[in-house]
Amino acid sequence: MRRLSKILAFGMAACMAATAFVGCGGSTSSNGSSDSGSSSGKGSVYWLNFKPELDEVAQDLAKMYTEETGVPVKVTTAASGTYSQTLTSEMEKSDAPTLYVIGNAAGVKQWKDYALDLKDTKIANELNTDAYNLYDDSGKLVSIGYCYESYGIIVNPDLVEQAGHKMEDIKNFDTLKTVVEDIHNRADELGFDAFTSCDMDDASSWRFTGHMANLEYYYEEQASGKTWTEAPAELTGDYMPNFKNLYDLCINNSLTDPKDLATGGHAPTKEFCDKKAAFHVQGSWEWGNADTPISKSVPNAVMIPYYCGVEGEEKAGLNCGTENCWAVNSKTSEDNQQATLDFMYWCVTNKEASQKLVDSLGVLPYKNVPASTNPFLKNAEDYTSKGNYVMDWATNYQPNVDEYRKALVSALNAYNSDQSDANWDQVKTAFVDGWATQYQAANG
Amino acid sequence: MFKKKSGSTLRRPLRKWGLLFLGPITAAFAIGFIWPFIQGIYLSFCKFTLISDANFNGFNNYMAAFSDESFVHAFWYTALFAIVSLVLINVLAFAVAYILTQGIKGSNLFRTVFFMPNLIGGIVLGYIWSMIFDGILSHFGTSIVLNSTFGFWGLIILMCWQQIGYMMIIYIAGLNAVPEDMIEAAKIDGATKWQTLWKVTIPNVMPSITICTFLSLTNGFKLFDQNLALTGGLPIIMQKGASPIKTTEMLALNIYNTFYGSNTAARGTAQAKAVIFFVLVAGLGLAQLAYTRRKEVQQ
Repeated sequence: MRRLSKILAFGMAACMAATAFVGCGGSTSSNGSSDSGSSSGKGSVYWLNFKPELDEVAQDLAKMYTEETGVPVKVTTAASGTYSQTLTSEMEKSDAPTLYVIGNAAGVKQWKDYALDLKDTKIANELNTDAYNLYDDSGKLVSIGYCYESYGIIVNPDLVEQAGHKMEDIKNFDTLKTVVEDIHNRADELGFDAFTSCDMDDASSWRFTGHMANLEYYYEEQASGKTWTEAPAELTGDYMPNFKNLYDLCINNSLTDPKDLATGGHAPTKEFCDKKAAFHVQGSWEWGNADTPISKSVPNAVMIPYYCGVEGEEKAGLNCGTENCWAVNSKTSEDNQQATLDFMYWCVTNKEASQKLVDSLGVLPYKNVPASTNPFLKNAEDYTSKGNYVMDWATNYQPNVDEYRKALVSALNAYNSDQSDANWDQVKTAFVDGWATQYQAANG
Repeated sequence: MFKKKSGSTLRRPLRKWGLLFLGPITAAFAIGFIWPFIQGIYLSFCKFTLISDANFNGFNNYMAAFSDESFVHAFWYTALFAIVSLVLINVLAFAVAYILTQGIKGSNLFRTVFFMPNLIGGIVLGYIWSMIFDGILSHFGTSIVLNSTFGFWGLIILMCWQQIGYMMIIYIAGLNAVPEDMIEAAKIDGATKWQTLWKVTIPNVMPSITICTFLSLTNGFKLFDQNLALTGGLPIIMQKGASPIKTTEMLALNIYNTFYGSNTAARGTAQAKAVIFFVLVAGLGLAQLAYTRRKEVQQ
């Protein structure tokens, strides 16, 4: 009897111990599965994807690659706006991402110690341009661009013509203003408005605080006479009036009253797809966006530059650049690094895989990939071939980007609800002084 | 004789195997709480991107934390919020509990309904209430993220709505445990209802008051998700040459934003802030427990 109770006691204690550690069980088994990949000498790939829009394609590629080569590929996509958090916590794990994104100068500063030098790798030799690569101060190739994008104002030409205007008429800010204000004034009669809602919630505010802000940075960069290679400590704010021109035009001629923009929720891209508005401030990725693809609803949409009243802007092109740059984890095993480099190479050389990426991402800057089907990127190329200037993504240099943009959103909210000069001064403070403050905070 | 024997047969294995049974929970507590806690304190003296390779940095993080105006602002804002919400939640929860123990019809239904908001997650609640508030405020051309006073009271309303039901359940349990004979004796002695409430009921529910004030005080200080979803710290006051102040940002959100929103050099600062935060919440909580415990009466 006593022996039995002893056995029972042992059994119970073992059960309790097992249940207590059940939480850790999951990670052990996931380690196990990745280890089984490396033990075969092939290594494994763990891709931490940065763009939610790419998730489906990335999962497909992973499956295809595993079927073809037997190398396990795991893809995790960070939810919108949480990449930094996800990367930090994933990098702590024993099966950390082998392939991840370092998309801008601040990212390089933060993660360079965890990035393999990609110089002279097979994938780097496949690139057809060095324009989207990121280097650290020692000259190490930290990350390489895997696609580039463009943003500007997406237009539905049918609606513009329906309102009695021609696309060719829109050549600069004044002509854009004429068309936009006319459409807005006749919105009831036409059944559609000029701009989609300029929501200021987290899902939409970056279109203004990140993208449209670029026009100010870009023209300031041009005026300074030298290309930015790192964030300047201060801005002059000389082109704020131009930012204001375009921003005012958008918020005052849109589907939603500027006073109602603070908490958002109007789904601007859907408004554009539903043909409720003719103009939409967005980027090339919206063409093949999984939920509301512009390709399906407005197949002849075009993208025009941010016209904002700058002299000579008739020669403006689209804002082209990328934050999509692959980096390989330098702290993972050599097998995993090799497997990852092979996977990247396969993505841009395999016919089917690269086609999938091109369809989803637009243009891949690699030698042997299919031509883009994305008309917005075609627009960008057309502008360039006509001799117009490309507006680079100076916005990538925003210091402490999240904090900087949050302050700008706050000031824009106040301005939207009351478009007074005092409130615009607050926007200017957040835009210009906020830059200096965050630069100090980031660089000490 | 029999008693003694049964006692010893029970006690001996307990003494022998007790440690083994305590083992799993002790190990889980050590892994899940003690170790991360020690590591957290260590990290507050380090500079790091990933916690697995941190470099010792002395007291710099603490100096940075104390000289950060936004942290100081968040502290006072949180303190004010915690006090206001503590008073409102407890007064209202006690009032509701008192009414629902007076034997009115359908009190079980009311208890369920009042308790239900507590089952909804903070982030969801924050977004729902931001829509409700903005639905009203947009008629006046403003928004909850435009005015810090609205942000403050909005958060108070939200927290009251969520927490009153929970505290009410604790108060109801306390009220039901007040001995009937004491109430009856007070009645016979000619005490008014008001006197009975103050002199008999409240001293007898002091244990419930202790636990409820403790919970609402620490909840108030630790509040994070509702704060993030309702206002996210907006509106922001820009200052020339100093860090911008998020007027409705509470301590926990400030720590989170320092950790993720800024450059990696600030991660150690965020960790230092978190340690200061812990000392503060633990100290306040214990002080409050000690104070209210003294008011409890023996039945």
